[in-house]
Amino acid sequence: MLELSAIDSGYGETQVLYGLSLTAKAGRVMAILGRNGAGKSTTLKTIMGLLPARSGSITFDGKPIPTRAFDVAKSGIAYVPETRDIFPSLTVRENLEIAAKRFGGADAEWTLERVVDLFPRLGERMDNGGMELSGGEQQMLAIARGLLMNPRLLILDEPTEGLAPIIVKLIHDKLQELKAAGLSMIIVEQNFGFATSLADDVVIVGKGQIVWTGSAEEIRADEETQHTWLGV
Amino acid sequence: MTTDLGFWTLQTLNALQLSMLLFLLSIGLTVIFGLMHFVNLAHGALYALGAYIAASVASVAGFWAAIIIAPLGVALTGVLLYGGLIQRMRKSGPMAQVLVTFGLIFALLDLTRILWGDLALAMDTPALLSGQVNLLGVTYPTYRLFIILLGGVIFTALALTLARTQIGAMIRAGVDNDSMAACLGINVERLFFVVFCVGCALAGLAGAVAAPLLSVTPGMGLQILIPTLIVIVIGGLGSLKGAIAGSLIYGFVQTFGAVLAPQLASVLIYALLAAVLVIKPVGLFPAKG
Repeated sequence: MLELSAIDSGYGETQVLYGLSLTAKAGRVMAILGRNGAGKSTTLKTIMGLLPARSGSITFDGKPIPTRAFDVAKSGIAYVPETRDIFPSLTVRENLEIAAKRFGGADAEWTLERVVDLFPRLGERMDNGGMELSGGEQQMLAIARGLLMNPRLLILDEPTEGLAPIIVKLIHDKLQELKAAGLSMIIVEQNFGFATSLADDVVIVGKGQIVWTGSAEEIRADEETQHTWLGV
Repeated sequence: MTTDLGFWTLQTLNALQLSMLLFLLSIGLTVIFGLMHFVNLAHGALYALGAYIAASVASVAGFWAAIIIAPLGVALTGVLLYGGLIQRMRKSGPMAQVLVTFGLIFALLDLTRILWGDLALAMDTPALLSGQVNLLGVTYPTYRLFIILLGGVIFTALALTLARTQIGAMIRAGVDNDSMAACLGINVERLFFVVFCVGCALAGLAGAVAAPLLSVTPGMGLQILIPTLIVIVIGGLGSLKGAIAGSLIYGFVQTFGAVLAPQLASVLIYALLAAVLVIKPVGLFPAKG
């Protein structure tokens, strides 16, 4: 579904990714693991068009991915960034509608009602400002906003970062529901247990390249790789 | 003098009139700053251009045609500037933007000299607005009331657009976080272009309505630039609330300063600016919280 081949990317003069290649398959959940600074978030930003790939190619459903972020979004990829990036000047409802009105429609799978069914908490907070939410609520809103884009691929960067264990479990359960419904996802995550219990496929990024590829079961059993590349 | 209610009413109206003129100028500049982090010092020159176009059009087609054509003409100039210069300068950082748009001030200034000459132009107020009205015991020029009203109408229209419409939500989202807005499928560049053109049109409108009050000179754009920049620094970047608050503060401090403490008037607004920078460096109502 999404294929990166030999991607070089980075920030300004600093190169972070060195010929990174990976393939995410449709209808599956892929976890991208790795230590801080390995290049996980850079990979996601490069896919989204927020950082330009200096060389290499990215294809989505066999076609070259657009280079500008808003075209990437239109091609069917939703992005939930590490910092959640809720719009503070918009209410919860407006944060959701801004996605729903662009990607909704009569036959849309995800509607405002449906994301509120998924995260009832958001329903109670509809008229609150984006910044009046707790960290957990912001994460729910960021995921809900992504779903309202009715994406074919949902990309999440560190969805559990800074959240209380009870919220981590809630987010886990919700993502599990989405997986069961057949949504393709790529999850970058530091929380090894969280990531490997959700994912079908796992890749490990180290020093800007993919250093390990396999299934979630395999990485759970491979303590040596965990120790070498993840410090688990 | 200061115990006379008429004095306060008169000065309040004067302050409001100055505020509304500044508001028309600062709103475009502040949203362009806020949305795209673009520093357009030539905004004042567009105001002067608006005044010149209005004065020329008014002499042949009358006032009402002038205040419609001037904003459109300035918006068209904005389109050319955007395509020719600003789009290329988007990523080049504030220093280069300041230098280029500062240079643009002089280019536009000389352009007005070439086209209209060095002599000041005058523009008549239309018959409908040239009288005086009696308001709370004060006789006040109808035309100045018209400016206050026009500012109020534009403020209300912009406030409703920003608060209630989808494009308003997109602009607020873009000012908050342009990368995330793009990731939601919003073409932030195109949004910026639209906002830029509306900002230019409002600068042109400000020039057009100011023309009958002031004499139209090539330097009027430079004269208004500093007050406009003070307004957006006091008000905070990127927000409508900041632009209106900054404009009102500037208008009232300047007007009442000039009549109550004439010796201090010229430094008062700068002292206020310094105080805001010390106490709240981001301004009173910045868009980014």
